[in-house]
Amino acid sequence: MSSQSKFISPYDHKAPEGAEGWQDLYPYYMVFQDNLKDTEENKFFYCDSQHWPHVFKPFDATAVEFAVKCLSQYNTRQWLIPPANGIDFKFHNGYCYMSPVAVDPELIADRVPQFMERAGFYFQNWDNLLDNWHKKVKGVIDEMEAITFEELPEVIDMQWVKDGIGLDPTYHMIHDYNKLIDLCYKVWMYHFEFLNLGYAAYLDFFGFCKETFPGIPDLSIAKMVQGVEVDLFRPDEELRKLAKLAVEKELTDVVINNDVNAALSEMENSEAGKVWLAAWKEAQDPWFNFTSGNGFYSSDKYWIEHLDIPFDYIKDYVKALLEGKNIDRPVEEIAAERERITEEYRDSISSAEAQEAFDGKLGLARVVFPYVENHNFYIEHWSMGVFWRKMRELSSVFVKAGFIEEIGDLFYFRREEILQLLFDYGRGWAMGVPAIGPDYIPNEVARRKKIVDALSSVAPKPAFNKPPEVITEPFTLMLYGITSESVESWLNSGETSDKLKGMAASPGTVEGLARVINSADELSTLQEGEILVTRVTAPSWGPVFGKIKATVTDIGGMMSHAAIVCREYGLPAVTGTGSASTSIKTGDKIRVDGSNGAVEILEVA
Amino acid sequence: MNYTLFFKEAKPEEYELLGGKGASLASMSAADLPVPFGFCVTTHAFEAFMNESGLTKAVVDKVNCIECVDVDHLDASSKEIRDLLMDKPFPKEIEENILAYYRELCLMAGMEKDLPVAVRSSATAEDLPDASFAGQQDTYLWIVGEEELLLNVKKCWASLYTSRAINYRKNQNIPEEEVLMSVVVQKMVNARTAGVAMTLNPLNGDRSKIVIDASWGLGEAVVSGEVTPDNFLIDKIMLNVLNANIQNKHIEHVPDPANKCVVTREITGERATEPSLTEDEVIAICKMAKVIEKHYKCPQDIEWALDADLPEGENFTLLQSRPETVWSQKQAASNGSTVKTGMDSIINTLMNPISSKKS
Repeated sequence: MSSQSKFISPYDHKAPEGAEGWQDLYPYYMVFQDNLKDTEENKFFYCDSQHWPHVFKPFDATAVEFAVKCLSQYNTRQWLIPPANGIDFKFHNGYCYMSPVAVDPELIADRVPQFMERAGFYFQNWDNLLDNWHKKVKGVIDEMEAITFEELPEVIDMQWVKDGIGLDPTYHMIHDYNKLIDLCYKVWMYHFEFLNLGYAAYLDFFGFCKETFPGIPDLSIAKMVQGVEVDLFRPDEELRKLAKLAVEKELTDVVINNDVNAALSEMENSEAGKVWLAAWKEAQDPWFNFTSGNGFYSSDKYWIEHLDIPFDYIKDYVKALLEGKNIDRPVEEIAAERERITEEYRDSISSAEAQEAFDGKLGLARVVFPYVENHNFYIEHWSMGVFWRKMRELSSVFVKAGFIEEIGDLFYFRREEILQLLFDYGRGWAMGVPAIGPDYIPNEVARRKKIVDALSSVAPKPAFNKPPEVITEPFTLMLYGITSESVESWLNSGETSDKLKGMAASPGTVEGLARVINSADELSTLQEGEILVTRVTAPSWGPVFGKIKATVTDIGGMMSHAAIVCREYGLPAVTGTGSASTSIKTGDKIRVDGSNGAVEILEVA
Repeated sequence: MNYTLFFKEAKPEEYELLGGKGASLASMSAADLPVPFGFCVTTHAFEAFMNESGLTKAVVDKVNCIECVDVDHLDASSKEIRDLLMDKPFPKEIEENILAYYRELCLMAGMEKDLPVAVRSSATAEDLPDASFAGQQDTYLWIVGEEELLLNVKKCWASLYTSRAINYRKNQNIPEEEVLMSVVVQKMVNARTAGVAMTLNPLNGDRSKIVIDASWGLGEAVVSGEVTPDNFLIDKIMLNVLNANIQNKHIEHVPDPANKCVVTREITGERATEPSLTEDEVIAICKMAKVIEKHYKCPQDIEWALDADLPEGENFTLLQSRPETVWSQKQAASNGSTVKTGMDSIINTLMNPISSKKS
């Protein structure tokens, strides 16, 4: 470790001005408690700004809680991963910090046979179990879709009287809210049902390659394993198909000269337009259940609710087609390259036994990897898309009932607090008096908004407390790209430099102007040929990758979603630089060397 | 009748006209291995010269009369035969042929004339491996101009009748009638940068890597260890440079065509510490190294040069390629350590995670 061997303690990291009392926005167990100072300061926490770069509104903590808890349950209680339990996590000043929980060394050996039996069963029956997984997830989505929230009626429906139901709509409203939360919880369990094992098998192949071919670029290993047809890229592919159809049906003027609403109504006026509209509708289910965010924030925008987002991407594709550009993903080339790389590494192995091991490990990695790549679409995009849509439906009920002004305001309350709002609303309705909410909630929303805004004005710390000598927790290495070296570079990040090091995530070298993007909403400011610099990229920013030259992120490993997508788009990318989004300013001329993981500021804007 | 053949143009059935060395260069060219380009003056040319000069029988008779035990007699006869050859003029057609090919060689190097070439003898004798003749014939370096070239071609022919060569054939009972001579004419490599490339990592035997040592000038400086060369480690499959170790290279060997020799020169200023290869050049060398390895079907130890006379992208020149022996033998001898597979391996991976992914 370096001269500075320790990060600040969370207990010394005070809230920004105006954010005092932020702890009440989150459950008691998710914040650092004063009487546990000694215990908590003994743990090393790093900020997961890769997944969660923004401050959480109180309700949004729900998805985080579910995700990290469910990840943990599989390690600790289902597979009994010998050396690794779950991940402890805390919110501090609005950001999420994680701490991997190691298994007591004395207990590790006893867990091995259990892990063999439990994980072994899943590996052996992977395809069947995964088929079933798809059914289970679709079932959850259908159940969520069936839930609706409406304003309470003036009187109970006559039919309910005649059927002798004996309940009122507030019962169903509360029940449905609880059910929606339950379904969200369930789908996060499913999220991790295969993921940890998928990473374990991938890591096994990864480790074998690192040992057999010392110095092998991480990229090579990823390329050998990565699939060619990936569901996560389907939404983008659908847009390309729609762009091509617009060209084929001579509808390019309609697409280019109109906004989404005008274009859709003009399409109704011609036979060709109707054909295009039918294809547009067809693509939406399920592929427009896709967000430019990451599915964890209530503010994430899903295409299906913001048709202008996919439509504008189609516009860009149509323009590219008219300029004679090829917009197809080079699927055959990607497949051929994958085979070439695999064959050449395999041929570099001298012993037949090691070649056999290579085949076996690669084979398993390829069986499990489609899940690693695709689960994102089914959970973060599709399931969470429906979840947030239903939550907004509930929120609009509260807007109409005068509790809140805007749909987003509901998310300033914790999930158990929303039960109180529901009961207040139903109670007033039942008694025939106004609910208290409209006189209480708006002030509380305003107070909490100020806190969240104050928290958002300050970036998170990379980590807290004393880091371990070596980072060994397998999933932390794999998923978060957090290594002993990256931790050390965070420790030294006080020294500013015009050169940044990161992971060589996607090869190639380019120079260009940087555009620093702080949230998905700013993506529209990106100009053709700029270099995207951001704390973390989401793979769902898909279509913007057609515009940019390269990507630089603060955080992210080799298999972070961002790295996968950059490789797919053939863009140079350097991930995990630690501080690019703060050291680089929009307009700086920079050089990105994705083959060596280096970024250099050539000219300051 | 083909008196001259470019390496590239010779068909396999014509290889016997090229002598051992010429045939080897022709077959490497045919496999797209970038040997320094050139041509052979074929055995047909030698035969035609001997016949048209009326020397064939006279020479054979003379040789048959030599008593090798009498060294003085051997030397005297040898000189007599060689003088005989040197005195005879070239048949017109052969001379025109050689000069036309030389002119084309000049053009290939972007020169109008006077391209420095190496002229080497390439003998053939039925039922005898070329190696037996190794060192028995002559090589003439930094030959410049048409007149010099013709003179040295003839010298190569004459070198078939040195005392040692005659003595060797007599001892081996090789009939004089079966001995023919071809001459190789090859561009001298004007190395800007030269060195070696191994198609495995010599430190650990990893065959997914290529290691390159490179320094300014001719390769002698690297091979002899007179300079610490720039060292590059490259992933053979992805063709990216994993590690570049740039050294202070204080001397270089460069040709001195006027004196037909190589001189050692000190390197001063920034050039000494600048990389002797650009990244693109490193990659180009690796691509060729892969072709060479594929051709020989085993890891290779390659001597190469970047020829300053040739355009960028076409300047890689293969000087020599040998099979790598150290690791190839080691790997053949060991049965390899036991590799864990299946669940055992996954457990092992989880219990002993690689501590850092950046290596």
